[in-house]
Formats: sequence, C-alpha cells, structure tokens
Amino acid sequence: MELYSLTISEARSLLDRREITAKELVNSITARIDTVEDRIKSFVTVTKEHAFHASEEAQKKIGKETKMLLGIPFAIKDNICTKDILTTCSSKILFNLMPLYESTVTSRLKEEGYILIGKANMDEFAMGSSTENSGFHITRNPWDIERSPGGSSGGPAAAVSADECIAALGSDTGGSIRQPSAFCGVVGLKPTYGRISRYGLIAFASSLDQIGPITKDVRDSAILMNIISGHDPLDSTSAPIQVPDFTSILGKDIKGLKIGVPKEYFIKGIDSEVEILVKDAIRQLELIGAIPIEVSLPHTDYAISAYYIIATSEASSNLARYDGMKYGLRTEGKDLIDTYMKTRAYGFGAEVKRRIMLGTYALSAGYYEAYYKKAQQVRTLIKEDFDRVFKKVDIIVTPTTPTPPFKLGEKIEDPLQMYLSDIFTISVNLAGVPAISIPCGFTKNDLPVGLQIIGKHFDEETILKVAYAYEQSTEWHKRKPNL
Amino acid sequence: MKYEAVIGLEVHAQMLTDAKIFCGCSTKFGSEPNTQTCPVCIGMPGVLPVLNKKALEFAIKTGLSMNCNISQYSRFARKNYFYPDLPKGYQISQYELPICEKGYIEIIVEGEVKKIGITRIHIEEDAGKNIHGEDGNYSFVDLNRAGVPLMEIVSEPDIRSPREAVEFMKKLRTILRYLGVSDGNMEQGSLRCDANVSVRPIGQKEYGTRTEVKNINSFRFVEKALDYEIKRQIKVLEEGRKIIQETRLWDSDKGITESMRGKEEAHDYRYFPEPDLVPIMVDQRWIDEIRKSLPELPDIKRKRFVSECSLPDYDADFLTSERQLADWFEEAVKLGGQPKIVANWILGDLLRLLNEENKSIEESPLKPKQLVGMLRLIENGTISGKIAKTVFSEMYKTGRDAEIIVKEKGLLQISDKGEIDILIDEVIAKHPKEVERFKSGEEKLLGFFVGQVMKLTKGKANPQMVNEILKKKLSH
Repeated sequence: MELYSLTISEARSLLDRREITAKELVNSITARIDTVEDRIKSFVTVTKEHAFHASEEAQKKIGKETKMLLGIPFAIKDNICTKDILTTCSSKILFNLMPLYESTVTSRLKEEGYILIGKANMDEFAMGSSTENSGFHITRNPWDIERSPGGSSGGPAAAVSADECIAALGSDTGGSIRQPSAFCGVVGLKPTYGRISRYGLIAFASSLDQIGPITKDVRDSAILMNIISGHDPLDSTSAPIQVPDFTSILGKDIKGLKIGVPKEYFIKGIDSEVEILVKDAIRQLELIGAIPIEVSLPHTDYAISAYYIIATSEASSNLARYDGMKYGLRTEGKDLIDTYMKTRAYGFGAEVKRRIMLGTYALSAGYYEAYYKKAQQVRTLIKEDFDRVFKKVDIIVTPTTPTPPFKLGEKIEDPLQMYLSDIFTISVNLAGVPAISIPCGFTKNDLPVGLQIIGKHFDEETILKVAYAYEQSTEWHKRKPNL
Repeated sequence: MKYEAVIGLEVHAQMLTDAKIFCGCSTKFGSEPNTQTCPVCIGMPGVLPVLNKKALEFAIKTGLSMNCNISQYSRFARKNYFYPDLPKGYQISQYELPICEKGYIEIIVEGEVKKIGITRIHIEEDAGKNIHGEDGNYSFVDLNRAGVPLMEIVSEPDIRSPREAVEFMKKLRTILRYLGVSDGNMEQGSLRCDANVSVRPIGQKEYGTRTEVKNINSFRFVEKALDYEIKRQIKVLEEGRKIIQETRLWDSDKGITESMRGKEEAHDYRYFPEPDLVPIMVDQRWIDEIRKSLPELPDIKRKRFVSECSLPDYDADFLTSERQLADWFEEAVKLGGQPKIVANWILGDLLRLLNEENKSIEESPLKPKQLVGMLRLIENGTISGKIAKTVFSEMYKTGRDAEIIVKEKGLLQISDKGEIDILIDEVIAKHPKEVERFKSGEEKLLGFFVGQVMKLTKGKANPQMVNEILKKKLSH
C-alpha cells in the first residue's frame, strides 16, 4: 500500500512504530501531488518546502511526544487563515493576503503536530457548489475529471479523495463540506453551529459558517473533532459546552436506534440511482439494528429561499471590508468611490457580486421586513421542524445530494440549478444541527453517492457512531478513484 | 409670529476603558498612528469581535445614573457603510434593542428644574481617523481609535432653547465624569454632539420639519450653532418658504450651518443583527451590584450641599459640577472649615489661581487641610482677612502651610492697642483736611483712614481694632 493512501489512524500507528518516517510520508504525498495535481488542481498553494522542513522537525519529536497529528500532512481550505502562508479564499481580491495570525482550528492542529501540505481550492469566498467559482482555476473530480468535485470545499474534498493529503479541513455554510465529500466519495462532517471556533475562518455567512473535517474514514473524522472542538475565547459564538471523546463511541452498536427518514427528501428531482443507493443504505442500517421511521420536515421547501436571503445578507456585509484600502487587491481609480468600484469590480467574481447584490437588496430600507426578517422567521420554523422530529428519532438520514457529481460547466450558467444541488444540506445549516456525509455506494458510471446523517444539537457522537457502524458494515470507503 | 425651537441631541461619548470594545488593544490617546491595532480592530479577514465587559458596565452605570431602564436582553447590530476609516465596512453598534432606554436627566434653567428625556443609550465602536496628506494626493488612515468604545446617548426632543441644550450637555458631561466613564472633553472629541432642530409657532402641537446639525465640537458652539440654525429656520418660514429635511454641517469659522446632504441622499445603513456576537444578557443581580457601586450623583449632592451646608444654590451648583471639586470642598468642611467660607475661597481665589495655570482641582498644590489651617489663623486673629489673601497665594505657590508662611514673612496681625493708637494718631495728624471733612459728616471717609493705617502696616493691623479706635478718635 502506498503511504499517501493512509488514514490518520493508520499513519499514526506506522509512525509511532517507526515503520515509516514523517519524511517518507510527506515525500509520498508530495510525489502523489506531483503525479495527479495537474489533472485535479486541488490546491491554490502547495507548501512543499514548509512540509519538508516540518516533517524533519516532526520526526525528531516522534516517540518523545504523544501528539495525535505529529508528522501527518493536511490540506486546509483556503478560507482558513494560516499565519504568513498565503490565504486567498480563491478570490483575486485576496490574491496576496498573508494573514497576520493563525486561525484557532489550525492552531489546534499545530499543537497536535500536523503538517500543512497546501491550501486547497474552493469556490470564491465559499460561494458555490462546484468549485467552478474559484477566482484562479477549477478543481476536477478524481472519480471523473470531466465532473465537478462539488463545492465550495471542492479542493479539500478532491485532495482527500485523490490522496494528495491524509485529511483536510473544510467549511460548510449550506453544504460546502458534505456535498463535495459526497461527490468525491469521502467523509465530511459539518459540526453543530458553535461547536468549533470560527476565529480565522474568512466569513461568508457568519450565522451559518462552520468548519469541519474531511477525511478518508469516520474514525479520522472523530479524531479531528476531538482536536478542533470546544469553546474559544476569541469566538463568542463558540459554545462553552463540554467536548466528549468522539472516538470512544466508535464501535458501539446501534441496536434500537431510531432513524428518521423525511418524506420531503425523496420526491421529484432526485436522481433514481441516488434514491436507490440511499434506500439501500437505510436498509443496511436496519440490518445492523436501527429502526427507520418516516418523518416529516414540512418547511423543507422554504429552506433554499430563506438560506439565500440570510446567507447573502450576511455576506454583503462580511465582504464590505475588501475595499482596497488595507490589504489585498487595489485598483486605483480617479477618486475614493472610483477606487472602491474598480477594486471590487476586478476583485470579485460574478457569483460573489450576484450574492452581494442580493444581500444588499434584502437588507435595504423598506425590504428588510419582507426579506431578511421573514427569512429569519422561516429559519425558526425549520429549526422547530428538526426539534419536533428529534423528539421521536435519534438521527435523520437523507441523501446528501439529489444527484451524483454533475459535469463541469453543466450548471455554471444557471445559478438556480446550482443552488438546488444543496437542497438536502441547507436546512441543516439553518437549524444549526450537525450532519455527516459518508459514501454509500456508486452509480453505474462509478460515481460516488453520499448518505447524510443528521443529528441533534451538539450530538455529533450519535452521528459518528452510526456512520462508523455503517462504514464497518460496508466497503465503500475503501474504494479509490483510478488516477 | 412667535416661534419656539424643538431640539433633540445625539451625544457620542468615548468611554474610559483601558482596552478597546472588541479586542485587547489600548485606548490611549495620542500614540503614533496604527501602533494600537491588532488583526481584530483593523478588520483582517476571519477575525471576530469579543465584547469588553467593562464597556457594558460603563453603559449600564450611565443608564442607571440617567434613570433609564436597563435591558436584560439587548443586541448588537451592524451599521453598513463604506469609508476608509471604517476597516470592516460596517460599524458594530446597537439598533433595535439598545442596552438602556427611557430615562431622563434634570437641568436647571433660570432657577427652574427641567427634566429632559433620554430616549436611549447604546454602545458601539468608534471609527479610525483619516489624515489628509499635505501634497493633496494621498490620505492616510490611523486606526488607533478604531474600536474605542462609545456610548450614544439620545435625548427626547424636550429641549426648547440653545441655552437648555448647553445646560443639558454640561449636566451630561458632569454625570459622565462623576461616574468616571468618560472624560467628556468636547474639544478633544471624546464628547461629540449632533442636534436635531426644528421650529414651530408657539402653541402649535405638531413638530416642524427638522434638520440635523453635525460637527458641533465645543460647548460654545452648541449654543452658537443652534442659535444660528433656529434663526435660519424662522427666517425661511417667515419668507414663506419651507424647511428642507436635511443634514447640515456647522462651520465654526463662518459661524453658519451649511447643507451637507438631503433626505434623498441619506445613507441606508442596512442595519441587521450582528451575527458574530451573541445577544447581551444582563442579569438583575449584576444591575443591582452596579447600582450599589454608583457614586453620589451631582443632583443629590447639590441638594445636600444646600440643605446640610446651607450653601446658596449657585455655590452648590458650581461646587457639584465636578466630583473632585465637591470632594475638595467636603474634605475642607470635614476638617472644620465653615462651609460658606470654604466655598468662597474655592470659588474665588483657588479657582482663579488654578485657571491661570490651566490646572484642574486634582492638580492643586494647595490641599483642603492647608486652607482650613489658614482659616483658623483668621478666626483666632493671628492674621487679617486681607493678609490671608497673600498667605493663600503663597500657600498655593509653595505648597507650604499658612503658619510657616505667616511666621517667616512676618505677617502676624498687629493687635496691640498701644501700637495701633500711635499709628492712628500719626495718620490723623497727617490728614487734617480729611479729618475736617469727616467731622462735618462725610462718614465714608472712614475707609480712607483705615486704608492709610493698613498701608503703614502693610495690611497687618487688626482691621476691627483699627475701625473701632479710628471711630472713637475721630468723633472727638
């Protein structure tokens, strides 16, 4: 087996047993990047030099320090700030941004000895579902390079899938971890809102954004959750709630666990192969002890509308700071207003501009009540839908996406079609609950399909337990794209 | 037609917290540009604000002192607009749910107490400062001030004249300074004021169309700017024209207000709840604790000075205008000084000397104990009231006690009857004409003779004795 295909837990034990060195592991990953990156283009920045140096440092510490990630190479989505390492959000407007500080999540990974191998590509400012909105280049799906890896964390998901790293961090505002994870056949977890510090995550929509792990299996997801979870004094929206040991729940049986299957998620528009594979997965869960129950989330239909008002409103404000005055791109105009306009006209891509305009409109005097306020009320109803269902069931399972990975260029001209690819993931962000996407099979064309498991607030344990039990009873996660 | 003005004020006060409102940077004034900044207050991508609890406490203190309701649930909101000194492109402020609402403060106008309603007090962050380069090609931005905590205090439209507006601002500043939450310095910009002004014929209930006057940056200009704006509005109405709702800028050089932007050009700030901060929950216990920690406020102190110390209203009002001044006064009284006499010395000589050097009462080299020491010397006849003035200046200059000064300078009062007799005889002998005039009924000349004796003794003669003996000798 090639070293680059290892998981965190596998690499950890090989490193600790001195069967491999951190340098060998990093070399294997960089060699893999050299081989496949031309085709996949997962990264905006590959930090090879940094990684080589870090692997030598790590090797000295192995055996002396017990750090979970010592010597293990990671891809980090390019909207997570890494001190003195280019962080662009895949936007021209931040083409040269060298953050002055380290994000809380990467600080925590650093404390555990991780090695940064590169900053991964994404839709510009995490706005998109295909990574085609990157201001620099598109990323391709390792399972079929004619197809999209999903988005906005297409880079990290593709990098994990193509073995260009051992694991990655992404961010999820409306499905941006889960949808690309489903498209790339890997495991992606969107934790409860408030579980993970957002300090250092370049904001898209502050009330929805959440960082999470993208990994090769469920155990790695739990390992990373142990490291990055927990209250951060630098983020007042991070919850001061005890963090359990997420790995200790793995392997526990799921007998008698009630799984809700929302009828609103199996209706028209869903691809028949996806539907069959997800229903097979539900049967598989039943086989290992779970009890499926049909449930209803009646306000599902309004989720996309509410999401695109709340997310764009917040984004219109969050992105106001990119004005050419302090950092990033500046295109001089004849006066201040002209400089603002030119900088933002050249710096932002079409989708980002579209969303800034939508959000600005929704917050305008006279429209606020009809749009933003209404959307917040809908958000409350959606949250109540979940609360109600979670009184009856322990988890909810759905397809992660309505279709398998779509072709590059297929939806980019039609924003509404693109928005609909997040139809099954968006409600989860609005409700703030955690959800994981795990591979649950492949289409006839060998394209991966994801199963989404949604949990109660701050109950990542149960979804990890179920995901692990399912993974243990199947072989999907072991399949690798043919590159 | 007679008109009356209707004025509401919006006051911004910088809070005296050590750290900024959403990060740990210092709020110190006057440092090198951009030396008191961090990723948070310069709006680097990915940073998040964390509320400085002290700023919240200061706002609650202020609200309690202005008789406001303190909201147990309030929220921050974003006020969106573009400007180079606003690093995030929005200001974190409060909008729908401010921390304090519905209070009032009392002002005294023409001897009458008047209540001015406080609509709301909210907390927000200050912006940075644009500095325009000398060559005119570039401007620079200093973000030291960005993130300094501000309180916005909004009054009801209860103010009816520029004079009342000034009294309101003074009272507000006094309260802020008593609490130690702001230094209330308008000239340095730590206290700023915008005014909403309209006029209406006396007797009319409806408000007239208002204008907002900005850039009023001293107490003097509060009165001048409002005076100008009210007269301008009345003139417009009397000429049969209409007031345009607009924002006007006070130009202190020209002494006029000028249109800055109309209603149509007004900013749409697109306020919405700040998603990066959780709602502010304040529990009643904390509010009660803060209430208990409040100092005695100026109104109560003033009333007490009148009732306990029998001070006239004017003295009490003046002495309570600064907490430190009131404290100085009280200390002197506590040490045995007669309240009215102490007040006279403070309001007279002490403040004059301090003003000459632009010093505040805390910086006074002369302490209450020394004043009281000197007052004792007057009481027991060691020095005369007149000599006391010299002693007082000397104490102020050197910081030494009155007794030492009196001894060293030989300023002891002459109370020896024999000595005074001789001096008076000398004076009478020297001025036969004046003696004649006095005897023929020009009694006010007594003062002249006293003056002559004092001149001879360099003011050291006991004035009472001089008076008595002179009267006796002259009437023979």
